[in-house]
Amino acid sequence: MLIRTENLTKVYKLGAVVVSALRGVSVEIDKGEYVAITGPSGSGKSTFMHLLGCLDTPSSGKYFFQGKDVTGLSDIELSRLRNRSIGFVFQTFNLLPRLTVLQNVELPLIYAKIDSRTRIKKTEAMLEKVGLRHRKMHRPNELSGGEMQRVAIARALINNPEVVFADEPTGNLDSQTGKEIMSLFNELAQEGNTIILVTHDPNIARYARRQLKMLDGKIEEIREN
Amino acid sequence: MRTKDLIKSSFSILKTHTLRSFLTVLGIVIGVMTIISILSLIEGMNSSVEKQIQSLGSNTIFVQKYQWGQGRMDIQQLMRRKDITIEDAWAIAKLPSVDKVAPQRSSEIASLDYLGRTAKYVEVTGSTPDLQYIANWTVEQGRFFNQEDYLRRQSVCVIGGYIVDNLFPNEEPIGKYLNIIGKRFLIIGVLGRKGSFLGQTQDNVIIMPLSTFEKTFPKPTGYNAVFRSLSIQVLPKSGKVLEQTIDQIRELMRRRHGLSYDKPDDFGINTQESLRQIYKNITNIAYIVMIGVAAISLIVGGIGIMNIMLVAVSERTKEIGLRKAVGANNRDILYQFLFEAVMLSIIGGLIGVILGLSIAKIVSTVSPLPAAAPLWTVLLGISFSAAVGIFFGIYPANRAAQLNPIDALRYE
Repeated sequence: MLIRTENLTKVYKLGAVVVSALRGVSVEIDKGEYVAITGPSGSGKSTFMHLLGCLDTPSSGKYFFQGKDVTGLSDIELSRLRNRSIGFVFQTFNLLPRLTVLQNVELPLIYAKIDSRTRIKKTEAMLEKVGLRHRKMHRPNELSGGEMQRVAIARALINNPEVVFADEPTGNLDSQTGKEIMSLFNELAQEGNTIILVTHDPNIARYARRQLKMLDGKIEEIREN
Repeated sequence: MRTKDLIKSSFSILKTHTLRSFLTVLGIVIGVMTIISILSLIEGMNSSVEKQIQSLGSNTIFVQKYQWGQGRMDIQQLMRRKDITIEDAWAIAKLPSVDKVAPQRSSEIASLDYLGRTAKYVEVTGSTPDLQYIANWTVEQGRFFNQEDYLRRQSVCVIGGYIVDNLFPNEEPIGKYLNIIGKRFLIIGVLGRKGSFLGQTQDNVIIMPLSTFEKTFPKPTGYNAVFRSLSIQVLPKSGKVLEQTIDQIRELMRRRHGLSYDKPDDFGINTQESLRQIYKNITNIAYIVMIGVAAISLIVGGIGIMNIMLVAVSERTKEIGLRKAVGANNRDILYQFLFEAVMLSIIGGLIGVILGLSIAKIVSTVSPLPAAAPLWTVLLGISFSAAVGIFFGIYPANRAAQLNPIDALRYE
């Protein structure tokens, strides 16, 4: 069991107003699964993904990653977890504009304190895999949207994470490019990577093998594709 | 994050904001420039002044009408004081701790001519033969005047190297006659050179027997009655404590001047230490000015750095979120921003060091002030700027480090 949550909740206090974004979510996700978390906006799917990705901490409940409770971990332990075991792909790509493609992809390796020769070797291999090795010295503003997302995917995979989270990965792409990116995720899933996809688009969610439909901070329905 | 990667990343950021970075560090540049230029000028002066002060003779005591370095003096009151006399000198000579004394008077002559050549502002001193030993004069050629010259009031003199340069560039000065305020003086010796003191030559001198001097030069009046009056140079016996000799002289002089115990001294006893004190007072002012200017500009510079780093943190909030998402911990982010701040200020410090050294160099070239830049002043300048970078950079860096990853990532 890679991921297990018990009654996970998240409460935001916005001044006097208290917003319950998650109201007790319990799921189990196995290694190698390809899961889509779907639901309309405001359903809590992004909040849930941020908790699973250790970018945020739950208000209550338990979260076991590889059997270990991560709710009480320190900043150092959490960042190590994000660095080694988790990869993120965002809707807006989140590439650093100042850095080249190569430098963007090697960023997680820098925080893993890997020496520069090994970094470059690994990064080039990963860029080869997403078909962008010829663009390695370019900066993000010289790339198309699809290319930027491929760079982001390469960055998410560079440290061989246990799980890749993709938050609306096709949201900023045209439908043709979106399809290409989704077939790349399919390939990655077939290679045995665990992928958790967050999307409001049923057509995108259909790529995953299991769908967790969320509504009002709870899981409403689990459907196997 | 490894240090090498930290340095590389900071440099790439500073390079993208060259103008902004330069303007930010201007305060630091000015602060460090001030420190370095003033320190190297003071350092340069220190060593040269100390050498000169020591050349006066390490434990020579000067008995005069006034105390050196007393700041503002009431000249009227000084003029009413009793003159120091030759008799005082002989009385001091009899003190058990005193080795030699040399009473002396001097005067400046604006211009001294010899066969169409001129020496200007020559210091003429009258004294006794022992002056040679007390004031550390060496004789390069010929001889110093002796006791017999003194007793017979001979019209003889010895001259300094600067006079030789100006009046006798191509001829032998010994045996020649100089016309000093209407009297002929035979040159019997040439003094060894002492070099310059605060940029002024000490070799523009003529020394003659005091007895001859007294009958040649009129008694001084006005200011000169104080500052050009007779003074006595005293050399204590070797092995004697300077303070003890000074006390004996003070007691003797007070007795000779008939001062009761409740009256202050009406004479001055000066030593090398008094000169050092005067010099210290001057340099202290320079230090205070320097510390003031430098402190203000370093604070201004530090605030500039803090400001620009706060701007950088908010500009790059999304970047901070992304870095945390891919594995940067709080300390990585803290170091990244702190390192940028320190790098900025060290670059400012380096520019300041270079400008400061250049200013000191220029000043020492166009003026007689010497300059020396010991390594420690450079290290001081750089470590000061680094300290400013750390002090003013820690707050913005800490703010960046404490950002919650998801809040930072969502920041627009």
